[in-house]
Amino acid sequence: MKSSRSYPYWFILPGGLVYLVLFLVPTVAAFWFSLTHWDLFETRFIGLENYYQFLREPFLITGVVNTVIFGVLTSIAKSVLGLLLAVLLTSGLLGQSFLRTLIFFPVLVSTIGVGIAFAEIMHPARGMLNIGLSYFGIQGPAWLIDPNLALFSVALVDIWKGVGLATLIYIAGLATISSDYYEAARIDGATKLQMFFRITVPLVRPATVTVVTLSLIGGLRSFDIIWAMTKGGPGFSSDVLASVIYKQYQAGFYGLSTAGNIILFALVAFIVIPLTYWFNRREVDL
Amino acid sequence: MKRQQIINGVIALVIGVLIFVTPFIFIGLTAVKSAAEASQLGLSWPSEWLFWDNLVAVIQARNYMLLLAYFNSTVITVGAISLLVISAAMIGYVIQRRPSKWNGFIYALILAGLMIPPAVVPTIWLLKELHLFKTLHGMILIQVAYGLSFSVLLFRSFIASIPRDLDEAAIIDGAKPWQVFFKVILPLLKPVTVTVILVQSVTIFNDFTNPLYYLPGKDNVTVQLTLYNFQSQFSSQMNLLFMNILLVTIPPLIMFIFFNKQIVKGMTAGAVKG
Repeated sequence: MKSSRSYPYWFILPGGLVYLVLFLVPTVAAFWFSLTHWDLFETRFIGLENYYQFLREPFLITGVVNTVIFGVLTSIAKSVLGLLLAVLLTSGLLGQSFLRTLIFFPVLVSTIGVGIAFAEIMHPARGMLNIGLSYFGIQGPAWLIDPNLALFSVALVDIWKGVGLATLIYIAGLATISSDYYEAARIDGATKLQMFFRITVPLVRPATVTVVTLSLIGGLRSFDIIWAMTKGGPGFSSDVLASVIYKQYQAGFYGLSTAGNIILFALVAFIVIPLTYWFNRREVDL
Repeated sequence: MKRQQIINGVIALVIGVLIFVTPFIFIGLTAVKSAAEASQLGLSWPSEWLFWDNLVAVIQARNYMLLLAYFNSTVITVGAISLLVISAAMIGYVIQRRPSKWNGFIYALILAGLMIPPAVVPTIWLLKELHLFKTLHGMILIQVAYGLSFSVLLFRSFIASIPRDLDEAAIIDGAKPWQVFFKVILPLLKPVTVTVILVQSVTIFNDFTNPLYYLPGKDNVTVQLTLYNFQSQFSSQMNLLFMNILLVTIPPLIMFIFFNKQIVKGMTAGAVKG
């Protein structure tokens, strides 16, 4: 066969080898290590003990629950806000390209930098956010200090930083919708709201799939924004799996940390794979 | 432009600036204040403009740690991207040009790379075994491994738009496979290569988690890690911490000013096809 000689498989080798050794091998090895008591000194098989511990310890359970809350919340918020902003910023508004630029810039900025800055902006008494709110007569909450609110405050900053990417993906998606649909709907007397829900939302679906999947995968795996802002605190109230994995690693519980990794992997897989399957099965009827 | 659009535009601009620009103004102002003024966290105008003093203080901190960090981050970013571009382009080329029963399997592996969170402790264990732990070249290879999937997908979809006739003509002229790739195909990949370089350099330069795990130690510090180190050291010198944030924000800002369009194109790639 000519194709096999012209396009040899050894082309895959350089990148493939790095990928195999540094990504695939540790991923597979993680399944074994998660079943061991593993610290600086020894590696001993203990079966599912690490996983039981994740189900028993309240602060580990909190980490799992928070991961889901953080991932789902930021992903929904980014896609809803992203779509609305995209529609707004393609409507021929004054200065819309400037606004697109403005919203996108935080995507490129260091997450740690953003996190540190917002930790100060969200200072309960002296922070810019609460001072700003007080001008409108609103008494701002204690954002990162309040255990019930810390996770959501971090999520808010994550949304602020990431919504620009969602918006741009939606803008690219909106550009593929033929204006004929809107023309026909206008002739039939459809309202703007009807056009949004009956034309825009169904036809922009490929972009929705991308935004939701990307931000879910990113959100469930988030670490740096949380670490920069709260380190999982106060207490364990804003811990997510990624921060639990780091804390257990630092404490020398390598087996437990790796079990956390497997749980995170399972969580991502069980949420993202069925979702993409469902997304791809439902075709657009128009 | 209708009157209503102008009014709406002005309102949107005001809100947009308020939400998306004020945090950066806050960073900029805090970075040039005195320590006492900065600790008040206000948005007030600095009474003394200490840009130069703060800049020098941050650069000199911990025996010029920031300069070392910029050097390390640059080495990692440039090294990883050079390897990524060549190896991802080669993979994308072969899997696009050569359909086979293996492709489904290869795709599954590529998608796994986009989705699976890296298993950090086993990776550290492996890096130690290979004597790559705490080394810049180890970090470079890690970034190649983690960035490969995304880059391969970009290259593959771009190569699909290059007609096969070109490779076939070169093959008939007696070119070897690597000559076809490096002399005929690779030069045509310039647009997508620019995209990969931009997107990956932002990602790798801004990466915090991976250097935190795989590159501990003060000789290996990267730019993002300095922020993390200074966060505890400068807790009473907010001005210096924010000067550091400002310095860390400048490289992406420069890229953004010059290559906004290509970055956007790369980051939204794939959204339209579905």
